[in-house]
Amino acid sequence: MTIEQQIQTPAPSTPAWAMLRTLGGIAMLSGLLVVLVYQFTLPIIAENQRRMTEKAVFHVLDGAVAKRDFVLTAEDALVPAGEGAEGVHLYAGYDDDGALVGVAFPGAARGYQDVIQFLFGYDPACQCVIGSKVLKSTETPGLGDKISTDAEYLKNFEALDARLDATGTALANPIVPVKHGTKTQPWQVDAISGATITSNAMARAVNDAAQRVVPVLQRELALLSEPNRSEGR
Amino acid sequence: MAELPNQQESLSLDTFVRGLWEENPVFVMLLGMCPVLAVTNTTVNAIAMGLATTFVLVCSSLLVSLLRNWIPKQVRIASYIVIIATFVTIVDYAIQAISLELYAALGAFIQLIVANCVILGRAEAYASKQRLHTTLINSLGMGAGFTLALLSLGTVREVLGSGTILGIPLFGADFQPWVVMILPPGGFFVLGAWLLLFNWLRLRKERRLQAAAAESAYAR
Amino acid sequence: MHAEPLSLIFLNAAVVNNFVLALFLGICPFLGVSAKKETAWNMGLATMFVMLVSSAAAYGINWVLGELQLEFLRLICYIAVIASAVQLVEMFVKRFSPALFRSLGIFLPLITTNCAILGLALFQTAKEYDFVQSLVYAVGAGTGFTLALMLMAGLREKLALARVPRVSEGAAMSLMLAGLLSLAFMGFAGLGGSHG
Repeated sequence: MTIEQQIQTPAPSTPAWAMLRTLGGIAMLSGLLVVLVYQFTLPIIAENQRRMTEKAVFHVLDGAVAKRDFVLTAEDALVPAGEGAEGVHLYAGYDDDGALVGVAFPGAARGYQDVIQFLFGYDPACQCVIGSKVLKSTETPGLGDKISTDAEYLKNFEALDARLDATGTALANPIVPVKHGTKTQPWQVDAISGATITSNAMARAVNDAAQRVVPVLQRELALLSEPNRSEGR
Repeated sequence: MAELPNQQESLSLDTFVRGLWEENPVFVMLLGMCPVLAVTNTTVNAIAMGLATTFVLVCSSLLVSLLRNWIPKQVRIASYIVIIATFVTIVDYAIQAISLELYAALGAFIQLIVANCVILGRAEAYASKQRLHTTLINSLGMGAGFTLALLSLGTVREVLGSGTILGIPLFGADFQPWVVMILPPGGFFVLGAWLLLFNWLRLRKERRLQAAAAESAYAR
Repeated sequence: MHAEPLSLIFLNAAVVNNFVLALFLGICPFLGVSAKKETAWNMGLATMFVMLVSSAAAYGINWVLGELQLEFLRLICYIAVIASAVQLVEMFVKRFSPALFRSLGIFLPLITTNCAILGLALFQTAKEYDFVQSLVYAVGAGTGFTLALMLMAGLREKLALARVPRVSEGAAMSLMLAGLLSLAFMGFAGLGGSHG
């Protein structure tokens, strides 16, 4: 450890080896304890995390009972997760018969206090967003946190139009927030009055993420809709 | 740090109770305020934080007390910090294993237990001088006092700020929550109010004592 | 985090999520060292310096631990580095400015248990900032800490001349003032939200 040498200024009364012995002993003891606990809790934590992701995915994809993980790499390629690829994690959800329900994708945008993280559900059949969940938010309780409780507002994300344009590389109509009560088109998000910045952030998050993810999903539909059989997760 | 006479305290009820009241780490010594203010917006968070801190406090105090004749004076702070950080890491993983939701609610403040001056203060001022069993009781008392303080803040803030206690609604649907109480300013206000109350109690006791003294002088 | 503009990171750390008034980090020195503006200023600067050093060090450590897959030692290493950084600053100040050392002396060891420093290191890791972003974040956090300390010291200097009821003397009054300051700082929220 590097601290030992830096922290103490040796005093004449105690021999240096005694101090080194102590610090070394304590460092070893602490290392041992931490490693033991880490090894013991690792599988439990992984299981917790898996269950939490699963819960969120099934929340945004109504009817899904199983999921498969994919990774969207920086080069816009879609590969199954677990093969060392790095990038945005996407979760394809399947129903009882193993048919594709939709794909959950993450989004993030700066809200009123700090960055808010979301998970959205996309249904390739209707080419629309069918669900949303706030994963992490520090928005004002009672105002900004309505984005996860206000039923009327959440209806926005139950059939939000995300059709692709003719080129297939961008949304035909960017998802935009509009002032409360002025929604006329299926790609508009009716903001909550009193929490405009937060609702705008959510609309921006879904638009930014969908603009990138949806073209790939539509292109890779064959890979995604392979019936989900053995993996069972 | 003033050199205390190196005498060992004998075990008594006072060893435990002192941490709860007379030397309450939060209300009297004003130590470890950061988690006190930050995670007390609900009762559940307050209890979890209190228990986690107590665990670290007790374990690290015990280890320090056990090793007290073995740690040279010059490297004691470094040793204490490493010991404390070890137990905090353990608690950190334990809470993740118990509930990720709780872990998300407490956020970085679990790891920040390391920097809680209550724990380092106990190690330095008590555990490094006292025998194992008194240290155990004393640190348990301190931990209980800390948890009590967190709880008294958390309950007030949850009741006023969201109208619930432990997540159970207390009032009817008409209740308009006092949102500011679960926001940062509310933490300062509620802790300030508790301190006001304690000051008032102390002053009243002093006045009583003075009055009693004056009366007895007069009677003579 | 994806390309977050540096100016936003700074604003975010300094005012929107002010370390003292919104995140409750570093309350102990905030209450303890805010009686006089001069000491508050010195404490603020010392903290900012330690923040910069430990932020850079934490970035390095996190990278090394990531390479070695020893993330579970992160906390222990961070606190060790912060303690060393404080020690270094102490020696540095002692050597080059004995006057400053005398006025700052007792506070320097306190910085070790200042959760703002450790909090900074943990947050920059959680937010996955790169090196430059981390440094800007550290400067922002230091600025915010100094700002809060100076505001508080200014208020308390004025308050020393006022007659307050005996029951509200001391920490209770400071906490109430801090609550008001924190309320005022809530007005900064949303600064970064209107764009980007």
